[in-house]
Amino acid sequence: MLQFDKVSMRYPEVGDVLKNISFSLHPGEMAFLTGHSGAGKSTLFKLIAVMERCNRGEIIFAGQNLNKVSNRQIPYVRRNMGLIFQDYKLLQDRTVFDNVALPLVIAGYGHGEISRRVRAALDKVGLLGKEKKYPLLLSGGEQQRVGIARAVVNKPSMILADEPTGNLDPELSKEIMHLFEQFQQVGVTVLIASHDISLIARMNYRVLKLDHGQLIAS
Amino acid sequence: MKHSIRNQHRAEGRQTRKSGGYLVDRLIAYRDLHAHALFSSLGRLVASRFATVMTIVVLAIGISLASGFYILVKNLQQLAGNLESSNQISLFLREEVSDANAKKLAETIKKNSDVLDVKLISKEQALKEFETFSGFGAAVKALDKNPLPIVIQVLPKNSLEDVVVLDNLVEHFKQVPEVDIAQVDTQWVKRLQSIMELARRGVALLSGLLGMGVLFITANTIRLELHDRREEVLIAKLVGATNGFIQRPFLYGGFWLGFFSGVAAWFIVTLTTLILKYPIEKLSGLYDGSFHVVFLGGLETIALLAISAALGMLGSWIVVYFQLRRLKPE
Repeated sequence: MLQFDKVSMRYPEVGDVLKNISFSLHPGEMAFLTGHSGAGKSTLFKLIAVMERCNRGEIIFAGQNLNKVSNRQIPYVRRNMGLIFQDYKLLQDRTVFDNVALPLVIAGYGHGEISRRVRAALDKVGLLGKEKKYPLLLSGGEQQRVGIARAVVNKPSMILADEPTGNLDPELSKEIMHLFEQFQQVGVTVLIASHDISLIARMNYRVLKLDHGQLIAS
Repeated sequence: MKHSIRNQHRAEGRQTRKSGGYLVDRLIAYRDLHAHALFSSLGRLVASRFATVMTIVVLAIGISLASGFYILVKNLQQLAGNLESSNQISLFLREEVSDANAKKLAETIKKNSDVLDVKLISKEQALKEFETFSGFGAAVKALDKNPLPIVIQVLPKNSLEDVVVLDNLVEHFKQVPEVDIAQVDTQWVKRLQSIMELARRGVALLSGLLGMGVLFITANTIRLELHDRREEVLIAKLVGATNGFIQRPFLYGGFWLGFFSGVAAWFIVTLTTLILKYPIEKLSGLYDGSFHVVFLGGLETIALLAISAALGMLGSWIVVYFQLRRLKPE
């Protein structure tokens, strides 16, 4: 599903951020990405989401070489991944329904289809009945679940979560992680960046560890 | 739960295969997207009423200046048209030409394709006019015979538009043996024509400049809106929105700004013309003129609205096109 082949990333201002990274994730695999802050987790995510392009090496996502994806094609690549952020990145002036519906509206789905899929996604994350609420009226955990519903509503083949539980207490974090497990069980590839070592340790999944831009364990 | 997700995956597979209804669904969705962008951009303008009204007033003043000058020139052209009747060629015939020959000549001239009308003034008529209008009636009566020649007044076609035709016509009449003098005041025709040409070019230049103003004011307004909605744009990009999808509501926003400015400009121009109509026509009446103020016509109104809306859209497009590509999620 995802393959990094000797990927290096260098910013002119900061120097090498990722050095010679190679790993691969199978379809339906769930893995954690960990490391101290500044180890390159965010950069690795940006490379997968084609927010940045790597200087050297190759990244293959769903059979597509991301180096060769043109700027015009980037949106279509992103439609096949569900991105989840630490700060949720919700539109505060739109309802929960509209937030979750956004990827479907963008992809050009019809009214009925959107409504059906949004409800299904909200049902999965346990927020059915809160469609008309605005994100600010929800708790942090609920907001993150809206973010997750938005990420999965388009049925992506991979979920990328960047510190999804960074702002949540341990109990809520556990619930969120449990959600990710459920998506993994139906065949979605899941990559979660987190520095919550104890949580990762309790869950028995593969761990990719970054240290100063190098992959030291996988 | 596991099952329900699996079933949905399968359901989706089925739907993509059933492509007929699916395509129609997509087309309807596409239409809905445009309709949504059209009305949501309108809603956004209404939501920020104060800023919108200010922008529209500025744009409307620019547009109304251009269209106001246009309508001014159009009215002046009408004035020039009124004067056209005095722009005639006078043919003073030789003394020995008889009334019958003069009449024949007048009929021949009338058949010329460049001539609109001819008027024959006999010696007696000329004398009568001279007595009435010159105030030298007594002096003329003292003469033993009528010194005035027969005159054929020729009204050429399109004399104001084409001075060359007029000149050729005069040259042609000079060759006619019966004609003693062929006279036309082409000098002031030429002057009037140059003034009209100047005015037309002035309007074109002014419209161009003011159009640029409209373009850049819209562009700047849309740029501010884009800046305000930066977060939204970035999120949309992250969930797979194409630039086309993101720029659509902004383009419609520019469209509305231009369109409403055009409507406002139409009202400004029409009201101004209406206010000036009465005094102008009164003034014209004092000069025995029959001047009628013309307003923006139906086609001109449509053109005004279309050009305004197009300028708004173009202004918006310029900004959105270049700025969207620079906006990248971090």
